[in-house]
Amino acid sequence: MSDADRGRATHGDGLERSVDRRALLISTGLTAMAAVSASVAGASTGFIERLLRTRFTELSPERKAEILADLEREYGERYARKVMVADTPPMDGVEFAYGLDIARCVGCRRCVYACVHENNQSRDPQIHWIRVLRMEKERGIELAESTAYYEPELVPEPDAFYLPVACQQCRNPACVKVCPVKATWKEPDGIVVIDPDWCIGCRCCMSACPYGARHFNWSEPTISSEELNPNTHYLGNRPRPKGVVEKCTFCIHRVREGRYPACVEICPVGARKFGNLLDENSEMRYLLREKRVFVLKEELNTQPRFYYFYAT
Amino acid sequence: MDELDRQPREKPDSERLLPGSASLAVLLIVFVSLSLLILFSIMRGGVGHVASDAGGTKAYSPADFPEINFDRQLLPEVEAAGSSDPEGIYRVRQSLAYEDYFPCSDCHAEMEVNLERRQLEEMHDDIQLNHGPADRWCFDCHNPDDRDSLRLANGTLIGFDESYRLCGQCHGTIFRDWREGIHGRREGYWNGAKSYLLCAHCHNPHAPRFQAIEPLPPPVRPQFLRATVEEVHDE
Repeated sequence: MSDADRGRATHGDGLERSVDRRALLISTGLTAMAAVSASVAGASTGFIERLLRTRFTELSPERKAEILADLEREYGERYARKVMVADTPPMDGVEFAYGLDIARCVGCRRCVYACVHENNQSRDPQIHWIRVLRMEKERGIELAESTAYYEPELVPEPDAFYLPVACQQCRNPACVKVCPVKATWKEPDGIVVIDPDWCIGCRCCMSACPYGARHFNWSEPTISSEELNPNTHYLGNRPRPKGVVEKCTFCIHRVREGRYPACVEICPVGARKFGNLLDENSEMRYLLREKRVFVLKEELNTQPRFYYFYAT
Repeated sequence: MDELDRQPREKPDSERLLPGSASLAVLLIVFVSLSLLILFSIMRGGVGHVASDAGGTKAYSPADFPEINFDRQLLPEVEAAGSSDPEGIYRVRQSLAYEDYFPCSDCHAEMEVNLERRQLEEMHDDIQLNHGPADRWCFDCHNPDDRDSLRLANGTLIGFDESYRLCGQCHGTIFRDWREGIHGRREGYWNGAKSYLLCAHCHNPHAPRFQAIEPLPPPVRPQFLRATVEEVHDE
């Protein structure tokens, strides 16, 4: 601004003055931009490229491949081992749904830690995508009275039942609606995903989510090289930076390859079910036909893909 | 009359002063104790009502539980068939509770069959029969003539690897759910080959009630996420 003021002082003619001011403004702007880019370029070229790129869903296949290769190299250096980053697309004719039998769940939390193991959550500060709520049989499902910190010698306790809660993969997700930068969206197969490179960490989605399913990396996530799961997906379990939100993706790197999510396979009582809603012979369709099913907080019209049921 | 009038007027003045100071003192004590209480709770680091030994204070990692296999390996058949074989359903071979004894005919072939209900003493005395009616006995399921097979109610002989047919005779609805993949655990490909467990993998046939297990530790309570708190304050 001071440059522009000086320009006005030296020239008398109005037209000439304004042209001169514009030229000066442009030149100062360019100098500033050069200075900023020079200082940023000192840090890392990948960083700038990622700042300037378009959103993930709009990338060309070639650009996507470059970015994945970049990430693989970056993670490979950081963890001193080979890390794969896939971008497996959704399958045609597939919509995922999840079932959880609360008559079977014993609240042992095997799923909680299997999820951490599979999805590279930070170990300390700790992040758990699954939260198992203990409730009194006498009172039924009462979220306000439930606790996640129960710690008896043995489970199940005779007077309690357990309700594990993770992302409900809503068809009408409040978290997606509030995101100011569209860093989170619903994929065609029903999985609500987050692009950690696009997330600005405002945590609007966390306050919008009625299930407490989203978690924030308050500090740099810690995970040792040996504990890292090297089989990752761009929109799922790849290592996350500090300051972004993360959540359950139905193990996107597994289910898009046809595998069951990790929590389904670890459950010692087989309370967890998973399948394709569009396949009439799938476990999920049988479950919805034959069992008493409910969703959490139905009155909010979030329309979860996560069904709780009682199999007797 | 004057005296009577004056006395009541003076007395309340002197009396009013005393109760006033007493209530002031009481108020002061209440205020001081309350502020001390708040001060103490702040000095405890904002932990609030949660005692430091209440659990949820330490961050555990899956690596802290080496006894649990988090890297589950698929059956080789399932792995080979992959997601291309939607009909491929493989039963996991049953690890018999009496693997060391099998085949049962090694001993029982030469033994005389004793159909009588009795307390087993020489062998199998570790079996606690706790499965349905009190008059249930070995030969409701085991075949007295050939111990290497099980016997259905209609006399059909089946192998131990088909034990679900035996269980399904009474537990029809559970059997149906199991067959459809709703009861019990499946591993593998949701759109392809998968493996089942048999009833006896999870339920002891002699005492089928699911045994209580030890839970893994609870999550860290927000107020104990120390690493976070310190880092935020440093910046």
